[in-house]
Amino acid sequence: MNILRRTLVGAAAFLLLKPFAALAAAWNKDAFAAKTPQDALKGIGAGEAAASKDLVIDAPQIAENGAVVPIEISSAIAGTTSIAVIIEKNPFPLAAQFDFENGALPYVKLNVKMNETSDVRAVATAGGRRYAATKEIKVTIGGCGG
Amino acid sequence: MAGPMKMRATLGGGGTAGSYTDVRVLMTHPMTTAQSNQPLHFIQNITVRQNGKAVVEAQISQAVSRNPVFTFRIKGGAKGDKIEVSWLDNKGETNKIETAVA
Repeated sequence: MNILRRTLVGAAAFLLLKPFAALAAAWNKDAFAAKTPQDALKGIGAGEAAASKDLVIDAPQIAENGAVVPIEISSAIAGTTSIAVIIEKNPFPLAAQFDFENGALPYVKLNVKMNETSDVRAVATAGGRRYAATKEIKVTIGGCGG
Repeated sequence: MAGPMKMRATLGGGGTAGSYTDVRVLMTHPMTTAQSNQPLHFIQNITVRQNGKAVVEAQISQAVSRNPVFTFRIKGGAKGDKIEVSWLDNKGETNKIETAVA
């Protein structure tokens, strides 16, 4: 009796939990919680990345308002499937990761918050290898309090 | 609070780079950080679909600016293609918008 009950409860719990599991999309909690750029890189599996001129970060040299810093990243590396954005001196350096498939071009433009003047690093994945580019952006007023 | 979205999808490019579909999307969202005095509330996942097929899957953090604006590009494409962008935040709130390529 007890075993039957436990099985039924288990089955019911499984059925109840499953839709929630399906709803929760993948979010790399460990990498986003990392507090150093090194840990963030490790979190996305990119401990070692080769510098590449084919990965281009287009952003202002000086951002007056750290709350909205426009950054444009494009990769000319053949077979790029992913681009991550790491703001080295932010409290949590990993800002975003974009996975491209089914014909999406390895390109993204977004606005980020920057706490202070910092190197911004883009990491691209192509054919299982990692490539990186870095650009320093100077910030006059930090934007992480908003 | 999280509010409406706006999106524009157009054909761009040409020349040596080839043509592409340019998708610009705006999400109304507070994107509050752990540093502010408000509860942490930010978008975590964004999915872009072209005619029902996922083309970009993004994971983002609180470091993305309030009322996020993104530009994505999809190779080729044609007028009338259906582009859908959806997001999911850390509180389980979600929203989406669909438009046809002009």
